Amino acid sequence: MSDPHESAAPVSDERQGDRRAADRHDAEGLNAVHMEASAARSRRGLWLAGGLILACLLPLLLSSYYLGLVVKMAIFALFAMSLDLLIGYTGLASLGHAAYFGVASYATGLLALRLGWGVWFALPAGVLVAGLTAAVFGLLALRARGSYFLMITLALAQVLWGIAFGWRSLTGGDDGLPEVPRPDLGLPWSLADNTPFYYFTLVIAVLTTWLLARIVSSPFGHTLRGIRESEVRMRALGYDVWRYKFSAFVLAGMFAGVAGCLYVYFNRFVSPDYMHVARSAEVLLMVILGGAGSLFGPALGAASIVLLENVVSAYTERWLMVLGIVYVLVTLFAPEGLTGLARTLFKSRGRP
Amino acid sequence: MNFWLIQILNGVSFGMLLFLLAAGLSLIYGLMKILNLTHGSYYMLGGYVGMATVRATDSFLLALVAGGLAVAAIGALMERFFLRRFHLQELPQTLLTFGFLFIFADLALWIWGGNPESMAKPALLAGSSRLGALSYPTYRLFIIAIGAAIALLLWWFQERTRFGAMLRAGVDDEEIARALGINVSMLFTVVFAMGALLAALGGVLAGPIMGVYPGADFEVLLLGFVVVIIGGLGSLKGALVGGLAVGLLDNFGKVFFPEFALFTIFLPMALILAVRPTGLFGRE
Repeated sequence: MSDPHESAAPVSDERQGDRRAADRHDAEGLNAVHMEASAARSRRGLWLAGGLILACLLPLLLSSYYLGLVVKMAIFALFAMSLDLLIGYTGLASLGHAAYFGVASYATGLLALRLGWGVWFALPAGVLVAGLTAAVFGLLALRARGSYFLMITLALAQVLWGIAFGWRSLTGGDDGLPEVPRPDLGLPWSLADNTPFYYFTLVIAVLTTWLLARIVSSPFGHTLRGIRESEVRMRALGYDVWRYKFSAFVLAGMFAGVAGCLYVYFNRFVSPDYMHVARSAEVLLMVILGGAGSLFGPALGAASIVLLENVVSAYTERWLMVLGIVYVLVTLFAPEGLTGLARTLFKSRGRP
Repeated sequence: MNFWLIQILNGVSFGMLLFLLAAGLSLIYGLMKILNLTHGSYYMLGGYVGMATVRATDSFLLALVAGGLAVAAIGALMERFFLRRFHLQELPQTLLTFGFLFIFADLALWIWGGNPESMAKPALLAGSSRLGALSYPTYRLFIIAIGAAIALLLWWFQERTRFGAMLRAGVDDEEIARALGINVSMLFTVVFAMGALLAALGGVLAGPIMGVYPGADFEVLLLGFVVVIIGGLGSLKGALVGGLAVGLLDNFGKVFFPEFALFTIFLPMALILAVRPTGLFGRE
């Protein structure tokens, strides 16, 4: 399922790598580089096509339960990729990213439950609410730097958690909102079943990932990377750094919102836990575990954590402890994430 | 009139607990630039160890010692064996301290279960004291006194002792401090342990009035953050002023707007952020 996401990371990373390589080579080397690049591109195209075909056939291979697990992986992959837009591409580590996921879940859930809005209105509304929340929080948080930015994003997210927890008449407080209906697309297949819902998620996930891939490989995306590397230099070059950071912040919030909307439809439930700091911390781990700075990495990290939680929870109630230990182990032994680890292994093996 | 005085005293006593928490957070940040997300866990663990000690020995003094020292040791170990490897690397530090936050939360849940636990007040301080026409719980007055005493002690320690001078040198310029022959490595461990100790003392002191419960770690971590956002990271004065401000705001918020109590804290925080992004007494 994470295959469709594969498209994104290699596109941007390798293209950039090619560019750097091309700069170093002289004219006669250029040809070879171009051929290498186009070979890499077609290889990537093959992987992508294969992944998509596999993703489409997956319901034939998996039971409804495991298909549901794959849906969860895809949703969290989207969530993690949205955070990576901030951490990996812009260099802003937000500790409150669950706020936008959660606020979109609540907005969509409430609109669907209380006002009976269909998915075509409730989902965009949820994304819009997430974007607006990110805009307000961004205005406050982007005034600060470093540790203050971390603390403020965390504190602001926890305010929303507090509201969801305390405003019982609207949000149901601790009990959350149960029985949010699955979307009705007016198709002959009911999305109450996991297979049609899987295809629904697949279409949205592929579209948003494609959009994210376009964003990170656009000039806008390259500017964000420039800001990550050196804000001072970008400012000296005449870029309005604040405006780029703010746009990235709002975009990341909106993509997290898409994930949140999907999740409330999938789970048919939303509770304050959706925006708890623990959720924000978990998605941060997903990004780092997979490897920040690409789209594939965080998607891989998200899929790994969802899978691990599923496996561990079957054997023990100590999931939180296992998660904590994973944090420590990743920091100590895989600071570049799984993709970084794979790259290191691959390189050392490839060397004669 | 009595109502206001009682509420103010309630706010100040809670503010003193927040000061203990934020002072450690601030000291650690000031010297090592580590934003310690495990700090709320120190408070919670202090509370649990204190509670267990009181139940086993009936001595509140022993509870303070046991809770404080156990958590100080945890802090020292975390600094020595984990955080030290990632000096000035923000993201790994964040992940590590998040990891320990989860580990300690689950450990406490494992050992002490998921229900809130109560803790007996020391017999000597269990009653009320008369303040003029007012009758007020002695234990809360005790918290205010202890908080004020620790604030004075910390100030004296920082401004008047040799170790304090080394600490200030380390905060101002770590490299130069090293070059002057100050043992910065030892300084780091001691200050980290001291910060953990202060948070744990706060947790033990809070036990008899607020109980000890799972989730306290996240709750006070958040309040500690608000305190240092308002007061400024790395400043003791900021921790005291911020702690008292948040204690009072929280208390009056809970009295007047129980459903939206958090807002009375966060609105002022947002306002201060808008005017001074580094807090009242913080330095960039």
